[in-house]
Amino acid sequence: MRSSLTILGIVIGVGAVIVMVSIGQGAKAFVEKQLESLGTNVLIIIPVSITHAASRGTTGTITLTAEDAVAIVKECSAVNYVSPGVRTTTQVVYGNMNWTTGVSGAGQDYQIIRNWPLEAGRFITQQDVNIMAKVCVLGQTVVTNLFGTLDPVDKWVRVHNVPFRVIGVLSAKGQSPTGQDQDDMVLMPYTTVQRKIMGVTYIGYVLASTTTAETRFEAIDQITSLLRQRHRLKPGEENDFTVISQVEFASTVLETSRTMAILLGSIALVSLFVGGIGIMNIMLVSTTERTREIGIRMAVGAKGKDILFQFLIESTVLSSLGGIIGIMFGIFTSKLVSYYGGWPSLLSPLSIAVAFLFSNMVGIFFGYYPARKASRLNPIEALRYE
Amino acid sequence: MNDIIVLADVYKIYEMGEVKVAALNGISLTMKKGEFVAIMGASGSGKSTLMHILGCLDSPTRGKYYLEGVEVSRFSKNELAEIRNKKLGFVFQSFNLLSRTTVVENIELPLIYSKRISKNDLERIYQIMRTLGLEGLQKHYPNQLSGGQQQRVAIARAVVNNPTLLLADEPTGNLDSATSKDVMSVLTDLNHNLGITIVLVTHETDIAQYARRVIVLKDGKVLNDTPSQASSAPASQAQASL
Repeated sequence: MRSSLTILGIVIGVGAVIVMVSIGQGAKAFVEKQLESLGTNVLIIIPVSITHAASRGTTGTITLTAEDAVAIVKECSAVNYVSPGVRTTTQVVYGNMNWTTGVSGAGQDYQIIRNWPLEAGRFITQQDVNIMAKVCVLGQTVVTNLFGTLDPVDKWVRVHNVPFRVIGVLSAKGQSPTGQDQDDMVLMPYTTVQRKIMGVTYIGYVLASTTTAETRFEAIDQITSLLRQRHRLKPGEENDFTVISQVEFASTVLETSRTMAILLGSIALVSLFVGGIGIMNIMLVSTTERTREIGIRMAVGAKGKDILFQFLIESTVLSSLGGIIGIMFGIFTSKLVSYYGGWPSLLSPLSIAVAFLFSNMVGIFFGYYPARKASRLNPIEALRYE
Repeated sequence: MNDIIVLADVYKIYEMGEVKVAALNGISLTMKKGEFVAIMGASGSGKSTLMHILGCLDSPTRGKYYLEGVEVSRFSKNELAEIRNKKLGFVFQSFNLLSRTTVVENIELPLIYSKRISKNDLERIYQIMRTLGLEGLQKHYPNQLSGGQQQRVAIARAVVNNPTLLLADEPTGNLDSATSKDVMSVLTDLNHNLGITIVLVTHETDIAQYARRVIVLKDGKVLNDTPSQASSAPASQAQASL
């Protein structure tokens, strides 16, 4: 009972180390994938002010328009491509197959901005946008689910009972860093989605790519002042939009995960220390209770170092046990945290090995003093101990 | 030469603050291989201290102690431990067995520290157990045994390493008279048949009679050193009770 309370400290400490490392690794991997997936020079402009929306809730009117996007690419020198976008989830039908998926409106430069080549056919053109053409480009998952192995190009699908001709198929991209299937989507000219599918005139977002990764700050400034001007915002009035940069978003994620790591690291440190003190306590009590036994062992020939070794091994076994339980506890907790908290986590054998090593070291370090005390007992006095 | 123990003018002096207490005040004696010696004396006479010095649990403050011709009086703690392991065996009044280990593990304890346990050793242990009437008790724990059995396990442990000298400190102190006779015959038998030199500390004269030589201490010095009265007796007794 005594022992189990003590190794609880070790369990928590080691568990915290595992969670800390796996979340840290997960965040790094997430960020790398994110940047790889979207690129370092892509900006997203959304029609809400993040701060504003958070504090007062959305006001309802979306002020971002496709014309804004056109103006941005024309007048912001650091921006080279834009693609207005709007998105909805709906059912797409082919013959007697149907599939509910995300239907996104995009401009002709979407492909360039997202660096997403086609597998077949052609992409949306400015012409398609101008005439609100009923055409669409399908992602791999949609193709698999509606067409099987059939070539979908030039076939017709129905959305909201309106026929659309498939003009192209996107190459496979896989899962997004947040775990969504990027191939599960249908692209159409944004004008088409606005008018024919959603019946709206607003724009959900604008994707923009900057000339280089370095010019993104310049671009953010240019876009912000341009939009403020176009939306007639007075000085001091908050933006009714937000320009998000992938890189900054990623570094925010990294920052937050670093804070998490420091927090967990502190928990780990304190817990391991507490656990260690507990071990020292247990070993002090144990060696005292076994003074007679130590005397007997010395009488039959045990040397000081034999006794030292004997009790050091005992304390290390105790702490290792805590380590093993802590590792299992840590693995379980990091899975829990990433499932419910949305934090990505990556378990590595290295972190497990390090955590186990740590638990051993705690046992050796905190067990040393009691073991040494025991090894220096005088056999005659020890044998007399009651 | 046959002297396995030589004590040359041995003193053991304790300093209690300013006062010096001499537990051993100039002891000189010799013992030959195969002797069976009893050491007697009132409490405070120094018999425990003499036992500790002979048993290499402690070193003399002055004087020399030669064990099998080797001077051990200036040995380090580690060297003394080595000697205890290889050449000495102890039997205590309160048995001093490890309560959480089995009989076999108790007996093999000295072997663990001499870093040699082989199948032969296990065979030897079983043989010793048979000789001492402990057959079948290998996996028992000390608290499952009677006092007499426990003391015999302690004796087994003391002889497992084939020691030159066996030291018994009031070995029958915690036993009734019948069991005491038992244990004493075992010791006599070991001395008689295996030639193990035995030094026995006791305050009971009838126990001391099992030995062939009685040394009486007083105030840290040898008062008497004489052959015991019943020095012809025990052999037949030993055969009978085993």
